[in-house]
Amino acid sequence: MAGTALRGRLSPRPLLWQVAKVLAVAIETASVRTIMLDVPDWPGHQAGQHVDIRLTDGDYVAERSYSIASAPGEPVALTVERIDDGEVSPYLTDELRAGDDLELRGPIGGYFVWEPKDGGPLLLLAGGSGIVPLRSILRHRQRTGSTVPVRLLYSSRTLDDVIYRGELDKPAAGVEVFHTLTRHQPPGWSGYARRVDAALLAEVAWPAGMTPLAYVCGPTNFVEAVSQTLVQSGYPPQRVKTERFGGTGGT
Amino acid sequence: MSPVSRGFHRRRQDSAENAGRVPPGQYVTKDFPVLSAGPTPHTPLDGWSFSVGRPGRQKTWSWEEFRALPSEDVTVDIHCVTKWTKLDTVWRGVSVDTLLDLAGHDGPFAMAHCDGGYTTNVPVEDLTGGKAWVAYAYDGQPLEPEHGGPARLLVPHLYFWKSAKWVRSLELMDTDDPGFWENYGYHIYGDPWREQRYAGD
Repeated sequence: MAGTALRGRLSPRPLLWQVAKVLAVAIETASVRTIMLDVPDWPGHQAGQHVDIRLTDGDYVAERSYSIASAPGEPVALTVERIDDGEVSPYLTDELRAGDDLELRGPIGGYFVWEPKDGGPLLLLAGGSGIVPLRSILRHRQRTGSTVPVRLLYSSRTLDDVIYRGELDKPAAGVEVFHTLTRHQPPGWSGYARRVDAALLAEVAWPAGMTPLAYVCGPTNFVEAVSQTLVQSGYPPQRVKTERFGGTGGT
Repeated sequence: MSPVSRGFHRRRQDSAENAGRVPPGQYVTKDFPVLSAGPTPHTPLDGWSFSVGRPGRQKTWSWEEFRALPSEDVTVDIHCVTKWTKLDTVWRGVSVDTLLDLAGHDGPFAMAHCDGGYTTNVPVEDLTGGKAWVAYAYDGQPLEPEHGGPARLLVPHLYFWKSAKWVRSLELMDTDDPGFWENYGYHIYGDPWREQRYAGD
């Protein structure tokens, strides 16, 4: 690919805006869509990275960041949750359709990423749409044939809010998935039914002595509480990588 | 030339008083979002200190000594590379001018070092002349840990990742070495008005 040879610390490849084509839009939940894209000049990404997207209305420009939901080597897919009073997410979830153009640039970020050589065991902790970059990590592990053991704890409001439910319910060797539903549980629900707390983590998280690697992604309150509890239970802070969706919490 | 985003319509309108205060690609939020790469450190004040200078010849203040330094209230707009801008944020802190005057201006560049291992690089000329503070209060209250307490760097004219949370020292250097996010592809300088988000911008 043109420009690849120029990559390097001294002359970083600029992240140029480019026009992607929407291939398809899949319904994940009532408020969540996955947008599959054809990005003609995509340099490849790591599991856990994100992109910037740019929308234009005349001279007006709106930019936002979204995590990449697909694994490295797969077509770029973004999973977007509609924020009702938002400006960009309702457009992406309700208006955008196959054949539309979407401007983006990336990939961005290099810390909240996982490669098989990073090992594990892996502890993935997701709150709501925080599952998106963790799903990329799960798919990357699967596609590379990694046998690193994984535990995923996924906190959602209700069963209908669980993103990638079908995919996560398919048993994969070495992957254990735990759900907690914080607001409403269906009759006969056998999973957890409360916010993630120390007792819940004590049951689900790998013991600190196994030197696990933790990735925590979700709303600020979720990430603060979960990462603090992990550190208190003996996880070294540098083994706890966090990504906070800052838009809705914290003052 | 940007393509038209079919069916996209502007929803946000900047009020007239905000005109000229929101850099390109940013939107105004009233929240105070939290963004950090790892868990929030909780450093007890009796174990906290702040240092400025070259390795081996630094000026160091304890928490009590630091709080006894002249401080000032500042009201500034802040701009995060993740696109949010927050207007009229109110801080109290010690001007970096004061710290450098006491420690000596020993080099053209600085690296902020923080609890948790975070680093970020800033030219000294962007820390002086009333442009930067080590802030310990926000909105009249002690700075909360998730927002960088007990103290954070405040360099509001650059993207907010330069305003390092949990800052513990300013190391003075001869070269503008990249810090944490700068090593992961973020811009070495980070001017929001020139939209210097990523390397090459």
